[in-house]
Amino acid sequence: MTITEDREAQAPDAPAGEVGKARRRKEDQRLITGRTRWTDNIQLPGMLHLAMVRSPFAHATISSIDAAEAKGAPGVIGVFTGEDLKDIQGVNITAWPVSPDQKTPDHLPVAVSHVAHAGEIVAVVVARSAAEARDAAELVDVDYDELPAVLDLKEAAKDEVLAHPDLGTNKSATWQLDSAGQGSGGDVDEAIAKARDGGIVIEREYRQQRLIPAFMEPRSTVVDPTGEQVTMWSATQIPHVLRFCIAATTGLPESKIRVIAPDVGGGFGGKLQTTPEEFATLAVARKLGKPCKFTETRSETMVSGHHGRDQWQKLTLSAEKDGTVTGLKVELMADLGAYAAIVGGGVPVLGAWMFNSIYKFGAYQFNTTNYYTNKTWVDAYRGAGRPEATYAIERLMDELAVEVGVDPLEIREKNWIKHEEFPFTTVAGMTYDSGNYEAATAKARELFGYDELRAEQKRRRESNDPVQLGLGVSTFTEMCGLAPSRILGALSYGAGGWESASIRMLATGTVEVVTGTSPHGQGHETAWSQIVADRLGVPFENVEVLHGDTQIAPKGMDSYGSRSLVVGGEAVLRAADKVIEKAKPIAAHLLEASVDDVEFKAGTFGVKGTDKGVTISEVALATWTGHNLPDGTEPSIDADATFDPDNFSFPHGTHLCAMEVDTETGATKMRKYVCVDDIGTIINPLIVEGQVHGGLVQGIAQALWEGAEYDDQGTLVTGSFVDYTLPTAADTISFVTDHTTSPSTYNTLGTKGVGEAGTIASTPAVVNAIVDAVRHLGVNDIVMPCTPERVWKAIQAGAAVTTEGERDAAPHFDEGAPNQDPASGASEGSDQ
Amino acid sequence: MTRINVTVDGVRYSDEVEPRTLLVQYLREGLGKTGTVVGCDTSNCGACTVHLDGTSVKSCNVLAVQADGHEVTTIEGLATDGELHPVQRAFHETHALQCGYCTPGMIMQACDLLKENADPSEQEIREGLEGNLCRCTGYHNIVKAVQQAAKDLSSQAVGS
Repeated sequence: MTITEDREAQAPDAPAGEVGKARRRKEDQRLITGRTRWTDNIQLPGMLHLAMVRSPFAHATISSIDAAEAKGAPGVIGVFTGEDLKDIQGVNITAWPVSPDQKTPDHLPVAVSHVAHAGEIVAVVVARSAAEARDAAELVDVDYDELPAVLDLKEAAKDEVLAHPDLGTNKSATWQLDSAGQGSGGDVDEAIAKARDGGIVIEREYRQQRLIPAFMEPRSTVVDPTGEQVTMWSATQIPHVLRFCIAATTGLPESKIRVIAPDVGGGFGGKLQTTPEEFATLAVARKLGKPCKFTETRSETMVSGHHGRDQWQKLTLSAEKDGTVTGLKVELMADLGAYAAIVGGGVPVLGAWMFNSIYKFGAYQFNTTNYYTNKTWVDAYRGAGRPEATYAIERLMDELAVEVGVDPLEIREKNWIKHEEFPFTTVAGMTYDSGNYEAATAKARELFGYDELRAEQKRRRESNDPVQLGLGVSTFTEMCGLAPSRILGALSYGAGGWESASIRMLATGTVEVVTGTSPHGQGHETAWSQIVADRLGVPFENVEVLHGDTQIAPKGMDSYGSRSLVVGGEAVLRAADKVIEKAKPIAAHLLEASVDDVEFKAGTFGVKGTDKGVTISEVALATWTGHNLPDGTEPSIDADATFDPDNFSFPHGTHLCAMEVDTETGATKMRKYVCVDDIGTIINPLIVEGQVHGGLVQGIAQALWEGAEYDDQGTLVTGSFVDYTLPTAADTISFVTDHTTSPSTYNTLGTKGVGEAGTIASTPAVVNAIVDAVRHLGVNDIVMPCTPERVWKAIQAGAAVTTEGERDAAPHFDEGAPNQDPASGASEGSDQ
Repeated sequence: MTRINVTVDGVRYSDEVEPRTLLVQYLREGLGKTGTVVGCDTSNCGACTVHLDGTSVKSCNVLAVQADGHEVTTIEGLATDGELHPVQRAFHETHALQCGYCTPGMIMQACDLLKENADPSEQEIREGLEGNLCRCTGYHNIVKAVQQAAKDLSSQAVGS
């Protein structure tokens, strides 16, 4: 039973080659028939099962652990505490100490004496079945001495209660980018001071609530220690990074570790982690010498898998009276949770180059201060730093438009980089190579019916319709293709940003492509096949893409940060070009021609001016036999390439959202969503559309539904899918998506990356639309997620805003300054 | 332990199970039917959806003993005579899956939806899939897949 493609619905203008074609995915066959290889499917002879005993307390010391009863329970093989494992369990490291003096608490996979968040592992129970292990985990008696927990980010900043008493402070690090200091722009404080005298100053404080990545496949790890190499299968985005971290911290030589990421069910950054569960499973398997499996429950994912976002953003924007922005000052407080995760303190830093977005600002300063709290750790979640930045600036641009009294699209156009100005070095010091904000916006505006919807909004206003209409704009950019290794080095990141590929030309005409990227839903097998089929002139079906196993793909930096195509795809292409270069002299020899007279086109080496030719597959066979090669030629046309980009890529787009708001109930309804993204060259439009749709819903979900909430004891109350409200099909609408194309100049194909675009752009588009719908009622902000309750309260309160819960925002701005945090009730601002 | 007799994907099985065993555990761990997966522990996500006597159920929400004497169809038994089911085919053609973890449950639920309503509106499709979560696709192409499958099934019915 195979998929037959007799209904390839190709557009009439479909490209002749593979690149650009809406190929159905190679990956689908096994996924739609249930012939999948999820980690939890793996069964090995004699395999044992693990269950974790987790701390119910947010902050405590462990005074004793009594495992006697658990050890006697049916099927139990052993119970291991942190003390039992401490010599071999390794440590969960952060790759990015953002400052030389960053404070970083040790993060042990199984806690030994101190737990810093609820859900931390304190013991591991091993049994013959998962059910027996879970039963016995209930019997492990742990005595804790509870310590005061610091849960709120602003409370953490006061250092009155410490998440890690040993550190002496909750502050992890501060990091600054200053345009005056680095010479990429003016002095932001001067710009703001000037604007206070006759210009416009907008001061706002926005909250980026804590989110949970909520990939659909719970994390699972199987470790087989019985071979010469220890083999770990794990539901991870980063098999190569994981192998490095195991070798770096457990004492196992890197060459003795094989990590396999089989079918992986989504990640969105949530599986960009080396987890305590992976390290604990490895340690126990090594102790027992038996294969071990740990698969988490969803409730465990929620408390133990890292969360995302969680920032307070204090923003000061200065402009001239006509709306020309002169400066932007960003002061972030970022909650790292209990530990510095693998990207950890670097996540807010990734936003540093993006708050200025597509705009030409005279002066800019970015500051972040990262804090520890007694909550689940925080790390990359789809967009990582860039959604937070985009949200802030796109909300601010709407506020500026109101202040100046112009349409939000007009204020953006006034400030954005014109298409003829590329390449453009921004006030943050990034050089954007290409883009056309005018074209994307014009197309989006037309698809949206912007003017008609504005007219309808006016009619509803005038008739005092209880259901008001709001239009939200988000003209975003992002930096993708993580990352140039030299830049990472300058930022003290612990690894490079290159990507690796190999191409093996098999004797029978098929081609194996080995990639160091590690897909978990993105369709690399299909897209990489398209690239190679075009480059080598071989049939799409003849290309096999291999990945996700350190024994098969020994080098790689894995998949995150919209890097796979931009960096990894380029490595694949360069490997293909090397194959052609190696094959050319052999082809010339076979054709009895001079190398200079041979040219390669559409899979065939031909002799110029003749009809003589030999296909690359024929060269592969001739190379394999080795019978007739030029003297001194090695019998191989296989090739490797490792690509390290010179710069990031900068996708952009214009997203427009129409929201209906019932002013009597606070209920919101999405009416229409249009996005026009410029992601450079598109390899497969079908896959791209899918990435955009899924990204949009994750961003929309931040605006409307999702938020990780803790009670005052530090218990995650949104700890299951009952309470953490992922959107369903019934909550969402169908989208209008389109593209403009200005190819990246930093890679051969001109690709820019699309994995995070939808998520980054959509959140502010939705919130801007809701605020636009009720601004005439005195509302200028609603804290996310914009639940009906919060929307209703905002309307009732007029200018006041619903802060997060009932909590007051700390006085972040100087008293008496204009446009303060709206929650404080100051009302000199644009909202009047 | 309790003995159950159950037909899964056309094969009859007779097994001793612990009474607390969930149907999904029996399918995965007992029979190796790993095409059906577990995505949550609160019966919200629908990843484990199978057909019990032709009607969709969340197999994490049914005990194996409740399947005694009944017929279960999983994603692995949906295709017949070497041909993909029209819903499977539509999911592939419209790119209605990415990571594929929700896909078995989503397809099984979509089949049930179309059995109940052969010509659903977009809203009816969305409401019919409300108990199945997907984090990758934003549901956009899943809705399209069900629309296409509805068309294919109705033309198949006309043709036969």
